Amino acid sequence: MKDDTVVKMKLFNNKKSNGVHPTENKLSSHKKIESTGLPKEVTLPLCQHIGAPAQAIVKRGDEVKTGQKIAEACGFVSVPIHSTVSGKVKKITKTVSAVTSRVMEAVVIESDGKDEWVELNKPAHPGTLSKEEIIERIKEAGIVGLGGATFPTHVKLQPPPDKPIDSIIINGCECEPYITSDHRLMLEHGEEILKGLEIMMNVIGCKRAYIAIEDNKPDAVRNMKELLSKDKYPGKITVESLGTQYPLGAEKTLLKRILGREVPVGCLPMEVGVVVQNVGTLKALYDAIYLGKPLVERVVTVTGMVKEPKNLLSRFGRPAKELIDMCGGIVGDADELIFGGPMMGVTQPRFDEPTQRGTNSILVKKSEKVPESNCIRCGACVESCPMNLMPTVYVQFTKNEWYEELEDYWIENCVECGSCAYSCPANIPLVQYIKVGKSELAKLRCK
Amino acid sequence: MMTEELSDKKLKVSTSPHVHSKKSTEKIMYTVCLALLLPAAAGVYFFGVYTIFIILSSVIACILTEYAAKRLRKHEFKMDGSAIITGLLFALIMPPRIPLWAVVIGASFSIAIIKEAFGGLGYNIFNPALAGRAFLSVSFAGMMTRWIAPVASPFAESVTTATPLNDSFVYAGTKTELYMDLLWGNVGGSLGETSALLILIGGIVLLLTGVIKWRIPVIYIGTVFAFTWLIPGEDPILHILAGGLFLGAFFMATDYVTAPLTDRGQMLFALCAGLLVVAIRVYGSLPGGVAFSILIMNAFTPLIDRYIRPKPYGYVPPEKEDDKDE
Ligand code: SF4
Ligand code: SF4
Repeated sequence: MKDDTVVKMKLFNNKKSNGVHPTENKLSSHKKIESTGLPKEVTLPLCQHIGAPAQAIVKRGDEVKTGQKIAEACGFVSVPIHSTVSGKVKKITKTVSAVTSRVMEAVVIESDGKDEWVELNKPAHPGTLSKEEIIERIKEAGIVGLGGATFPTHVKLQPPPDKPIDSIIINGCECEPYITSDHRLMLEHGEEILKGLEIMMNVIGCKRAYIAIEDNKPDAVRNMKELLSKDKYPGKITVESLGTQYPLGAEKTLLKRILGREVPVGCLPMEVGVVVQNVGTLKALYDAIYLGKPLVERVVTVTGMVKEPKNLLSRFGRPAKELIDMCGGIVGDADELIFGGPMMGVTQPRFDEPTQRGTNSILVKKSEKVPESNCIRCGACVESCPMNLMPTVYVQFTKNEWYEELEDYWIENCVECGSCAYSCPANIPLVQYIKVGKSELAKLRCK
Repeated sequence: MMTEELSDKKLKVSTSPHVHSKKSTEKIMYTVCLALLLPAAAGVYFFGVYTIFIILSSVIACILTEYAAKRLRKHEFKMDGSAIITGLLFALIMPPRIPLWAVVIGASFSIAIIKEAFGGLGYNIFNPALAGRAFLSVSFAGMMTRWIAPVASPFAESVTTATPLNDSFVYAGTKTELYMDLLWGNVGGSLGETSALLILIGGIVLLLTGVIKWRIPVIYIGTVFAFTWLIPGEDPILHILAGGLFLGAFFMATDYVTAPLTDRGQMLFALCAGLLVVAIRVYGSLPGGVAFSILIMNAFTPLIDRYIRPKPYGYVPPEKEDDKDE
């Protein structure tokens, strides 16, 4: 039955989705990844992933080492948090999540500058570990999707038995303007990425993988192809160079573009036999298995109105302003600090906001917000929506508080990519209305 | 500047996205205004200097009415160019010798009743210029059907004539000459609807700048052509070149506010409007097939938008009852 639907989709679906073309502004694509040394103090929120927050297992005054677990995963869709420096727990405070704006706990650790590591898992060749051991190690290493969505990776590695996975898509699109962290990873750590991919294919038991890269990164495409030509499994993994378009790197649009399948409304890609994983996540997977290291650092693109945009390898929990200063500070009259890209990133209220696992970029820019005017029904939002929705009706319904109607127009299908608001000539903040609408609808459903 | 010197107070917090395309309502509106100057120029050329006063009084009346309406409703008045479009369009569909007081009444009606009373830009159901003209036709029927022949020079005296689609219209030359005159605009008719060529150029400007899409004009004109070609005794070329079809197709049926949102909706809209034009012209007794076809379809736009929606990504059709039984 399921196979049937897949074939049907292939026959009738055009693989292209709608989208927009914001100016790319990849200022730092030629800058090598630089390591940044140790932060003096880190703030580690206990929920840096999608799912249940982790629970603290340290208290004030405890001595901790780098890589030591400081919070335990809480449930299946949850991951532990590790200290990213060695030192002393200064306090456990409440912070407001940079991503969800919810209040949660955070552990503040003062570094002793020694960077003493806990005893790590023995580096192992994945061939010597069982599937369960690998999954356990990945979960214990705290690995989440590093493309920005921060979905726990071990969950993706354990699809339910009735949903066999036939393809893995590696997402190296980096379709957001400005960000270059994945681009640099593919250039400088291509081999580790492929090894991570191999682990993943073995664990899931899947024979086919695609590495998707936008064609605005020809050097990354070349590098990955070259590495693959030396590969032991010819034909199993291919590099797909795709036309640049936002939001191609969104899981669902990418999947459609490569395989021509559509994920049913409200489902995960697993439903159609696919797992999508970001290149940075694969590098983390490699580190966890081959080196035994938990996830304590990542590449962050610091860009926009900074003196010298860079790609920095930084421990989590470091205040953004330290990284900005490493790039020579801010130039010009900037008034927006964004974690993530300009299309889906989240503005931060403070310069010392700590970076998290999902923080792939720190973007400093001048706000471009203009007051909204009336919708002129031009249809630009409809035309640009990758999920084929009618975004303008959400504005109308939310303004009138007709929340039930939102469901009839498949609002849950919206991935909040921002293409609609980007292209709206009336400057209507459609995503803002959509978010309000979604949460009001959720409240109604709960009743 | 190192971040030490910066205060957090300056940081603005807002919902994504944080970048925006270069598009704006004003840019779109003023592009349309510029494109409309082409048929307006043709109007002045063919029907004399008096038409300049028609155009000016119409535009000024529209702007002032909008300003007054906004003040009355205690809304902020913003010059977004939409009132100028209504003013220009309204003038372009006036008979070339209409008294100025009638122009002012009609134009003010368009803005006050058809646009602002419905909530202003974006909320009106009918195209304001067309509805304003329909209002004048009903109120002052005689005045609205007094057509003149193109004048020899902008200052020459005018002679009354019939429009090409009228039964009493007689043409002295060959068919090709008639077509050339229609294309160039050398025939009787509304101020700005006669020169198919200049309207077409204006329309192409709008297509190239991405302000309008091809679907509505092409399908609308195509439908009229195809059906008049099928009906014996009708001349399809005459039908598409005359009677303001081009002006309606490129500048009025494409009006964002009063046309459907989706591509498929727009196709249906244009098809039905085209059929209506043919029906009104061939079987009806009313003049102004284009105006009424668009106004009628405007009324159906909300319905079309309700039922013709794009199929969302990952759409799963609801399971049918009989499927389950099997
Ligand atoms: S409605 Fe949602 S999915 Fe569609 S363009 Fe807007 S934000 Fe993106
Ligand atoms: S893009 Fe903006 S103005 Fe155009 S239909 Fe959508 S919401 Fe309305």
